[in-house]
Amino acid sequence: MFNHGTRNLLLTPFLIWAGLFIFIPLVCIVWYGITDYDENFSLINMGLIFERGYLDALKLSIWLALISTVICLLLSYPLCLILTERQRDNSTIISLLFILPLWMNSLLSTMAWQTILEGNGIINQILRLFGLPALQMINTEGAIVLGMVYNFLPYMVLPLYITLTKIDKRILEAARDLGANSWQTFVRVILPLSLPGAISGITMVFIPALTTFVISALLGGGKLLLIGNIIEQEFTFQYDWHVGCALSVILMIFIVLNMILTTYFDKSHEEEDF
Amino acid sequence: MNKLKIFALLLVSLLAFGAAGCGGVGDKDKQVVYVYSWGDYVDPEVLRIFEKETGIHVILDEFDTNESMYPRVAEGAVHYDVICPSDYMVQKLINNDLIQPLDFTKLENAKKYIGEEFFKQAETFDPGNKYSVPYCWGTVGIVYDKTKVTDPVDSWNILWNEKYAGQILMQDSARDAMMIPLKLMGKSLNETDKDVLAEAQAMLKKQKPLVQAYVIDEVKEKLINSEASMGVVFSGDAVIITAQNPNMDFAIPKEGTNVWIDGWVITKDAQNVENAHKFIDFMCRPDIAVKNFDYLGYSTPNTAVYDLEEDEAVKNSPIAFPSPEVYKNQETYKYLNNQMDEYYNNLWMQVKVD
Repeated sequence: MFNHGTRNLLLTPFLIWAGLFIFIPLVCIVWYGITDYDENFSLINMGLIFERGYLDALKLSIWLALISTVICLLLSYPLCLILTERQRDNSTIISLLFILPLWMNSLLSTMAWQTILEGNGIINQILRLFGLPALQMINTEGAIVLGMVYNFLPYMVLPLYITLTKIDKRILEAARDLGANSWQTFVRVILPLSLPGAISGITMVFIPALTTFVISALLGGGKLLLIGNIIEQEFTFQYDWHVGCALSVILMIFIVLNMILTTYFDKSHEEEDF
Repeated sequence: MNKLKIFALLLVSLLAFGAAGCGGVGDKDKQVVYVYSWGDYVDPEVLRIFEKETGIHVILDEFDTNESMYPRVAEGAVHYDVICPSDYMVQKLINNDLIQPLDFTKLENAKKYIGEEFFKQAETFDPGNKYSVPYCWGTVGIVYDKTKVTDPVDSWNILWNEKYAGQILMQDSARDAMMIPLKLMGKSLNETDKDVLAEAQAMLKKQKPLVQAYVIDEVKEKLINSEASMGVVFSGDAVIITAQNPNMDFAIPKEGTNVWIDGWVITKDAQNVENAHKFIDFMCRPDIAVKNFDYLGYSTPNTAVYDLEEDEAVKNSPIAFPSPEVYKNQETYKYLNNQMDEYYNNLWMQVKVD
């Protein structure tokens, strides 16, 4: 479309942007992560993950992120299937309902969950109205998972919805003609064909859920620390950039691992096709 | 500042953007003062009056803990002129050469109206009173719901009472959290013995299942809404909570507490030293101090405020105007040293991670 010179010229703004705000900060993080206070190479800060109970926080983060990803996936599939089958007018309204929360600041909507789940919150007030015992919901792992699912569900719905709409209706008709029931059509045809969408959805939910510190801070009451909270506190309260960066690098390793896994699945699936 | 070296490129570009964003050349003549203070710690009307009277524009930024304020000042990313840290943080700033001695010839109101006993108490962290002017002071105690807490609230012990599991709010800051078990053990809140500190940490870990949440500013809202039965609260917040929720009362445990003092200081690299002095002295003027006092609820070291205060209920409030016995023999936080600071923070982190 463009000749070589124009292409380079058009690419320059992004390269400058990426260099200044992605590459240099990344180098800084790794640099701080693998040095000590005297700027000598050292892995001592990385090793801290095995002390101070930080490993437990990392495990908890991975566990909660996994649960939320699975819940998002289970919620999204039926919804997206219904959306693709519905008339166009209806589906616009439903999908709008799912995108609408994205227009609101996630900090505010998470704070709203606080007032819903609190001891004297909306749910407990309704329970009390019917003479039922109050539930302890806020400051639990369940509350954090709920916050993650609420905040990140649209990121699962959107890619999944797009891949599902791209599936040729004639393939589904062919499956039915050949005698497959609904369940078989779903497992043998829709699922494999929608896998790329599901995989990008998984990545887009899992990574922010793994790194979040706002949701766990607001809905965990400061009692449940995820790895994101620890990194945040290392920077703000402890004023220890080396430890904070070392932990960030470790977290990045997990994110890269996640991406390698998902692209591997993506690839192996593509090979099946041909 | 070797740290900053690798950021050089980033900073240069940011500064270039910053300079471009700072408006026209005409602004050069405009008088400003950059203030960095606690969230909601100055009556906004006071700032308007200051700007009107002096023509100095106040640019106010806010922080929520001493620990989060320090890195920003130390890194010098933003050049603040005036900051309002607490006692031990004033000392840390002095020790690390980040603030400058004040010129008291420019602080007539401070000399005249700030009570002598407060300057004396401030000597524990600012020897010779060279660097800071006390702005607010107070204690830490327990706000509790009279209708739900049936036991007498006179000891920090009640925070370990299993009867109130899930109803207890604790402060989410290393020094304030550690202070409580240390006082229960009859130790100093500036303890540096690692065995004693480990014991205090163990007590906090044991308490954790009973705690509803570790909070900072949210404590006010939660207690006003009766979300918990008791919470560890700064005396100024206690004034506001007890005023808005009549079920709540405030008690200072018999084992002792932290008498804290927040003071105004001027940074070492302040660009507007003259204006900074004007701002601090303005804050000490009696009519202004009363406005801030009414707005904040925090006790003031300003001796003129009691006579100017019109609300009799506030005047008689033992929380707002405590009798001198309250702070007699009480300790104030001292800055220990960088290693000890880090040690405290780590102990506290482990309680939260546990």
